[in-house]
Amino acid sequence: MDFNDSAGEAAFRAEVRTFLDRNAERKTGKRQVFRGRYVADADGLRRAKEWQARKAEAGFAAITWPTQWGGRSGTAMEQVIYNQEEADYSVPRGVFEIGLGMCIPTMMTYGTPERHGRYVKPALRGEEIWCQLFSEPAAGSDLAGLRTRAERDGDDWVINGQKIWTSGAHFADYGIIVTRTDPNAPKHQGLTFFYLDMRSKGIEVRRIKQISGLSNFNEVFFTDVRVPDSQRLGKVGDGWKVSLTTLMNERLAVGEAPGPDFEDIFALARSLELDDGPAIRNPAVREKLADWYVKTQGLKFTRFRTMTALSRGQTPGPEASITKAVSASKLQEIASFGMDLAGMAGGVMDADVAPMEAWFQEALLYAPGMRIAGGSDEILRNIIAERVLGLPADIRVDKDLPFNQLPTGPRSARRAG
Amino acid sequence: MSYSDRVWVAAAPLAFRVSGHRPVIALGWLPNPQYDNAVHFLKGPPMNFDFSDDLKLLRDQARRFLREHSPPKAARQVLEGEATYDEKLWKAISQMGWLGAAIPEEFGGAGIGYEGLCVLAEELGAALAPVPVSSSIYLAAEAILHGGSDAQKQAWLPKIATGERIGTFALAEGQGNPDPARIKATVKAGRLKGCKLPVPDGEIADVAVVVAKGPDGGVGLHLVDLTAPGVTRERLKTIDPSRNHARLVFAEAAAEPLGGGAPGWEAVQALLDRAAILLAFEQVGGAQACLDTAKTYAMERYAFGRPIGSFQAIKHKLADIYIATELARSNAYYGAWAIATDAAQLPVAAAAARVSATDAFERASKENIQTHGGMGFTWEADCHLYYRRAKLLSLTIGSPPFWKNRLIDQLELRNEP
Repeated sequence: MDFNDSAGEAAFRAEVRTFLDRNAERKTGKRQVFRGRYVADADGLRRAKEWQARKAEAGFAAITWPTQWGGRSGTAMEQVIYNQEEADYSVPRGVFEIGLGMCIPTMMTYGTPERHGRYVKPALRGEEIWCQLFSEPAAGSDLAGLRTRAERDGDDWVINGQKIWTSGAHFADYGIIVTRTDPNAPKHQGLTFFYLDMRSKGIEVRRIKQISGLSNFNEVFFTDVRVPDSQRLGKVGDGWKVSLTTLMNERLAVGEAPGPDFEDIFALARSLELDDGPAIRNPAVREKLADWYVKTQGLKFTRFRTMTALSRGQTPGPEASITKAVSASKLQEIASFGMDLAGMAGGVMDADVAPMEAWFQEALLYAPGMRIAGGSDEILRNIIAERVLGLPADIRVDKDLPFNQLPTGPRSARRAG
Repeated sequence: MSYSDRVWVAAAPLAFRVSGHRPVIALGWLPNPQYDNAVHFLKGPPMNFDFSDDLKLLRDQARRFLREHSPPKAARQVLEGEATYDEKLWKAISQMGWLGAAIPEEFGGAGIGYEGLCVLAEELGAALAPVPVSSSIYLAAEAILHGGSDAQKQAWLPKIATGERIGTFALAEGQGNPDPARIKATVKAGRLKGCKLPVPDGEIADVAVVVAKGPDGGVGLHLVDLTAPGVTRERLKTIDPSRNHARLVFAEAAAEPLGGGAPGWEAVQALLDRAAILLAFEQVGGAQACLDTAKTYAMERYAFGRPIGSFQAIKHKLADIYIATELARSNAYYGAWAIATDAAQLPVAAAAARVSATDAFERASKENIQTHGGMGFTWEADCHLYYRRAKLLSLTIGSPPFWKNRLIDQLELRNEP
């Protein structure tokens, strides 16, 4: 065992650093990384696009993609190295991940070559932004229960319904969408997949205000939106299969929940005085710190095991599935405990009072979302139990019934759009 | 160590969307034949955070051998009978060279190295092997190898490596975690006085490395022939009689200092650190065995017309055991790297491996009983064998509060300029 770069890796790392040093600003504190995740305004979007163009120009925008699609036919390890290095620089993030990580790979699989040429490179260069229209008010963990209708009308499809939790819909140029085309079929069989222009007539995007006060997500309403049949991906009725391809590509993207981690709560405990002395001397504090440290390290070394399997040409084991299941609730615990350490003033968010510019307080308010987004804690445990441990799948009472005969509760009713 | 000190930031998209069928995250990195990029993820330069193919082969051989020669029945026989250990199994693993895996060839060992010993420890832990490997190898042999004079090494290591002689480590003197202030045993003019309890394998061992104070009050390690006059041994009743424990009373027993004289408490702690890593592998093996057992039972036991493994209450329980076990395994791997390379990070790696593995095995063993329901509480079911062993191992070189505190101590040192 060792952790050293191979000669090839070291050379690539040096190349990445040279690029980053020339084109980006090295971060001065960890918090800047966190801040960089959100694009608040038009200026932020412009900077994100500029950065993406520069990355694409240098061949770092999609390292593992084949060169003919604008990638560099690099390895997963090189992508990891790039991510590691870029994390040390203050660069905009969070705009192109969904498009390049999920939407375009789905296009590559189900689109035709002519369309690759049209959409792949503009997406790679940051000229066009993509969003993913999957979740609905009545279809979250149970995505296949979606109700947005697409009905055939000549060469077009007419879409009516509502999507929700759509990241970036308010600045996206294009979207991929899964719709119900046959309500008489069982729920997984009546779905069809399209891509569409987000500026089509009949699309209305509304921001969602989250409990954190931020608005990273949107509701998207569709009223008689016309989409040509040529924008269908996969066969009519194959929408579920296509959706799984999209989700498959999410695998590289699911990482640790961002926010204060062990090193931050450790630093806070070292800097704060409790009634009986420095917080770091308190046995209860030390015990919690130790638990979070071993979880943090356990996840890190689990990633190393996955990387090792990849670089040995083996299929990695299922251990990669635990990352978010562990890190989201850890984030929530750390955020909460960071506030506990501040005692009666723990709830204050004013930056001159709250340590680390109220990072823990902010995290407390967005951490609940991290335990739900991209697979809730409960869904992730179902997946581990079924796919990793091989336990029986849940009994699905709705599996073989026509979709339009499924029972619905008062909380599942379609909202007025 | 170019990776480990760096934060690995995945490009986590904020896609606030979840779905019912998601093999995607769970199977994480499985290649999708539909998606050409998958091929590229499987190529790459080496990242070497796993055991070599040779060691995996050794692990498989050990697993097969122990399945046949050390089923739970073997531990049960020692637990219920008069024998203090399974002599036949001891002879067999001695002949296969397992005991000398990490002992250099010049002292009669096999010289496979510590990674090999870690691999074997995992299997011995999974099998609940009722043999004194931890006392004789992880502790006594390690103490002699790292602290003994050349003559002492020549005198003892070849015999310990072949299993002809059994060693142990006598530290505890009743209640309490490892602490030099608790050592009351004294050595004066080569004679040891004091009482040690519990001493693992105290009735079995031929030789003990005893922690005692010298005339100057300094703590040191001393070699004591337990078959010589002045030593009385008395069996202790413990929660896990499948492993022998004794009270050892020394009345002017002959003792020779290990190596050149009193090496101090640091040598004791260094010994515990190394043993913590090896024991962590036993604990990981035990946790995995509990998970496997619980899983099998949950598939076969029906209630309410279904396998109990189809209920989410059970699925999530087993998923949590899986998560804890994988985190522990990854932390243990880091420990294996540290002990194999004698890295500066060894104290941190050891404490983290210990804390993580203790949590995993204790959790797995108690939830294994819970999964079995009333059957799990019977003497006939094997569940209690793991439950007993898990608790015993969590205490044997210091309980969790001790190791958590040590972990934070070491992390505080790490950050000092």
